[in-house]
Amino acid sequence: MATHTDSDKYYLPHGSPWPIVGSVALFSTMLGAVAYLNDWLGGWIFLPGALLLIGMFFGWFSTVIDENQHGVYNREVDRSFRMGMMWFIFSEVMFFAAFFGALFYARRLAVPWLGGEGVKVVNRLFLWPQFSPGWPSNGPEHLGPRAGGSFEVMPAFGIPALNTIILLTSGVTVTIAHHALRTGRRGVLKLFLAFTFLLGFTFVSLQVHEYGEAYRELGLRLSTGIYGSTFFMLTGFHGLHVTIGAIMLVIIWLRTLRGHFTPTHHFAFEAVSWYWHFVDVVWLGLFVFVYWL
Amino acid sequence: MAHSEHAATAHEEHDDHDHKPKGLWRWVSTTNHKDIGTLYLIFSCTMFFVAGSFAMLIRAELFKPGLQFLDPALFNTFTTMHGLVMIFGAIMPGFVGLANWMIPMQVGAPDMALPRMNNFSFWILPFAFTLLIGSIFVPGGGMAGGWTLYPPLSIQTGDALPMAIFSIHLMGASSIMGAINIIVTIMNMRAPGMSLLRMPLFVWTWLITAFLLIAVMPVLAGAVTMLLTDHFFGTSFFNAAGGGDPVMFQHIFWFFGHPEVYIMILPGFGIVSEIIPTFSRKPLFGYDAMVYATASIAFLSFIVWAHHMFTVGLPLASELFFMLSTMLIAIPTGVKVFNWSATLYRGSISYDPPMLWALAFLFLFSIGGFSGLMLAIAPADFQYQDTYFVVAHFHYVLVSGALFSIMGAVYYWLPKWTGHMYNMKLAKWHFWLSAIFFNVLFFPQHFLGLAGMPRRIPDYATQFADWNMVSSLGGFAFGASQLLFPYIIWQCVRGGEKATDRVWEGARGLEWELPSPAPYHTWAEAPAMATLDHGAPVHETHG
Repeated sequence: MATHTDSDKYYLPHGSPWPIVGSVALFSTMLGAVAYLNDWLGGWIFLPGALLLIGMFFGWFSTVIDENQHGVYNREVDRSFRMGMMWFIFSEVMFFAAFFGALFYARRLAVPWLGGEGVKVVNRLFLWPQFSPGWPSNGPEHLGPRAGGSFEVMPAFGIPALNTIILLTSGVTVTIAHHALRTGRRGVLKLFLAFTFLLGFTFVSLQVHEYGEAYRELGLRLSTGIYGSTFFMLTGFHGLHVTIGAIMLVIIWLRTLRGHFTPTHHFAFEAVSWYWHFVDVVWLGLFVFVYWL
Repeated sequence: MAHSEHAATAHEEHDDHDHKPKGLWRWVSTTNHKDIGTLYLIFSCTMFFVAGSFAMLIRAELFKPGLQFLDPALFNTFTTMHGLVMIFGAIMPGFVGLANWMIPMQVGAPDMALPRMNNFSFWILPFAFTLLIGSIFVPGGGMAGGWTLYPPLSIQTGDALPMAIFSIHLMGASSIMGAINIIVTIMNMRAPGMSLLRMPLFVWTWLITAFLLIAVMPVLAGAVTMLLTDHFFGTSFFNAAGGGDPVMFQHIFWFFGHPEVYIMILPGFGIVSEIIPTFSRKPLFGYDAMVYATASIAFLSFIVWAHHMFTVGLPLASELFFMLSTMLIAIPTGVKVFNWSATLYRGSISYDPPMLWALAFLFLFSIGGFSGLMLAIAPADFQYQDTYFVVAHFHYVLVSGALFSIMGAVYYWLPKWTGHMYNMKLAKWHFWLSAIFFNVLFFPQHFLGLAGMPRRIPDYATQFADWNMVSSLGGFAFGASQLLFPYIIWQCVRGGEKATDRVWEGARGLEWELPSPAPYHTWAEAPAMATLDHGAPVHETHG
């Protein structure tokens, strides 16, 4: 089955219903979230929008996959998709950069200043003389669920180290799958792609387990001062991205089962594997700066 | 097999150059860059008048001392909304609309690279602004902390908070998709022979702007997400009691905000670099220098952000670093201003409406640049901070900079879009009224600021009364003059003298090789650059 034409015509679609469906879906999802956050209505209210959003993704991607399978995309279109995906991943990198920036700022500047470092000595003299700055910190008022605000952090060399091994391994398995695809060994491709998303979902379930432990036993919650804020927002957004990446891996796995992708043309496979490597690299940053150091 | 069938249909549709569905659905489902460009421009113009109405209300309240019509909280909401809607609703979509129309035509591409996503990035916007403007009417009132959304004030907002934050998320998604599309179109869709250093400057400046957008919009998304979780989920990013810092928001915000400032001016630089050579009948002076200056400005925009925060208690070393890095920007900007001036030098100049806007840009934007230099001096900024001097400064760069360049661009390319010339006399009236009343409106605000009048306050001491009244009168006249703009466009769309293909005698570039009005599909076959000696602006600086 051809997935590319040698046509020099750049394929231009003529009209599409999916973007407007997407806009309506995003709008109603967010309106639902607003209604929920403001206690106007219950949490169920954003479900219709969310379902429509899933439907939009399904419809839009089906159209694109269908066009691709029918060979309407030439090499130039393929290159547009590749460039688009790279820039999208760059935007994701910058999103995480904001939260890493918050972490570094809090550790290196905000907390020491609250403790009266340097010219901020007035903080120690007049505001919070009892506060001893350091990291981890939940601030001079010791915000958190426990009385007195004590909390413990997740040790790096337990589940987090295991999760690091899992994600790094999944980076290897997806690369093996890629090599298998390029050399036409479909069996190896299917098997190692399956390994990859299974490792991905294992990672996510271990994270869920870890969150449970933090909430129940460690006194570590989203509301545990700046440590809890940065810990849960960074690992939470990362976990969300792993989940999305794993779902994308399942989808391209289903496509390989249907015989999609050829040794030379497999943009979707590469896009998903780039995304997977991206979540992998973000995790390494998290492991080093959130858990370990 | 289905394969050949499908390809054949695709091919037929492709050859049918005027194929477009009828009615509303055409505009909702369109994937054509010209349709989407038009949608963006109409949206931008609408938001310009919405945000402009907020400004009129602000100026009405400030017409004389004391509280006239507006409750102070409502005044603050209008100030906030004026900023957010002008920036994200009027200026940015205006430039994206111009990019949609012109970039494929200028680089010889059949359309934008990712046409469906192009539609998506537009159609998110009306929903985003419904959410934002709707937030004024919910319990607790609209956001009132200024467009910069500084905590702790911003997170004390009522039910409007999540609405405004989600609308910013939507705008960000729209901007990122639009920017990806522009970069990919420029990098992948250029006609053979159009090397990077033969691209028109509007294309160059947009390439760099799109990079800035992708780099910083996600940072804004992160910052407002932290506001949301601080308010609803008990995080402590900006709460000192929990070890956070309200100033941290300002750092993250301005890491986005300063590149954002250049996102709103770089495409304007590109437009002026197209208009001035055309009406001077000379190639642009220093094309390469213009490209490198644009890139330098973009790079510097990432390392100057804390000059917005000189008075928050930064360490001395930061004050020095950000003061000096900010002043560095004057160098590439100066290169640009001198290049434009050198292009004018001994040119055969005609003063058509686009040129008038471009010249006003050159003079008035430079004034904004000079007041920016004053504000960059950290010790001096301790006096100017949060006064009307700042307001005057950024309106000189955003109104007579960004907005004037958009006006110039519309008057420059409108005949190419509609196939008609517009009413030149009325267009000149629009320009002169705008240029004069713009100065009546904003120049006195320099004096008010230096005398110490604080910004974002609905009432003021009587010593400031005279210049406020002058400023308000200028504001009303400026606002009223803008009504000419949609009227002139409407007239031009309906009819008028037939435009030639080249439209302007001195115009150079691929878009002018196309018929006027430009057909629905252009450059289905890439133009052969070798045969077009004046196709791309072949810069003659080496010759």
